Amino acid sequence: MSIQWIAVIGTSALAFTLKFIGHSVPSKWLANPRITRINALIPIVLLTALVAVNAVTARTKIVIDHRMAGLAVAITALFFKLPFPVIVLGAAVGSAIAYHFGY
Amino acid sequence: MSVKRDSFSLSFAVGAYGTAFGAASVTAHFSVLQTCLLSLLTFSGASQFAVIGVVGAGGSALSAIATASLLGTRNALYGVRMAPILKVRGLKRVVAAQVTIDESTAIATAQSDEADQVTGFWHTGFGVFVFWNIFTLLGALGAKAIGNPSAWGLDAAVPAAFIGLVWPRLVDTKTRLIAGAAIALSLALVPFTPAGVPIITTALLAIIVGWRA
Repeated sequence: MSIQWIAVIGTSALAFTLKFIGHSVPSKWLANPRITRINALIPIVLLTALVAVNAVTARTKIVIDHRMAGLAVAITALFFKLPFPVIVLGAAVGSAIAYHFGY
Repeated sequence: MSVKRDSFSLSFAVGAYGTAFGAASVTAHFSVLQTCLLSLLTFSGASQFAVIGVVGAGGSALSAIATASLLGTRNALYGVRMAPILKVRGLKRVVAAQVTIDESTAIATAQSDEADQVTGFWHTGFGVFVFWNIFTLLGALGAKAIGNPSAWGLDAAVPAAFIGLVWPRLVDTKTRLIAGAAIALSLALVPFTPAGVPIITTALLAIIVGWRA
């Protein structure tokens, strides 16, 4: 079985299990403020790290290239509170332009 | 009435982004079938992008599953929050669990009336599910015609989407500092660890900071 199939099946099984557990857990178990704080922070650190790794690395190296232009457009769009699809599309356009100029 | 309208517009906007997932997934060497199964069965945008991101970057299946599952843990917390509102059992609870995501929980918890909370959850859950899967297929099929994804900026669109999702949460100095630390830690680990590990490791930052204050 290919790595892709293992990843698809494993992720799907765990994704549903996690969702279903949530619907089955007595809420008092998660009332602990320490657990609540950690759970609130986890998506923030994971998603931020994912952005960094996706944006400036290639395999095991740090690589600054056309993707940075796309991210600069996205961050600018966020400062102006533009809608989500505009942010994504703007990043794609910015990155594509930089790529065509050889970066 | 307005809860249904809000559910529809959010569902369509988020669903349309499935195009980017479909295209990115095929670009990361997942087949069209595997791409569509991820959207149908995993049905959690961040986790799906994490899987294809880690595997596409040469990571192992285990680190892809682990990273995606860590990202999916918040859905468990949403389930905890939604269960007493929905009050469903059996097969209905299984369906409710599958459509428990950021959007359905966000719309539901924004309503003051309990009936609207239930309506908002189901309409958004089903709405995003339908649009997300249709657009995933379109993106996956379209990617074959696209060619080099860098030429179209697709490799920047994915991290940009994540920034868009995280940005509204960076409301105070503490959160911004933790996000900065996550960037530094993950990038510092990139040259020395297998793909996926730099991201998972940042969960330690959340545990350390959340534990203390």
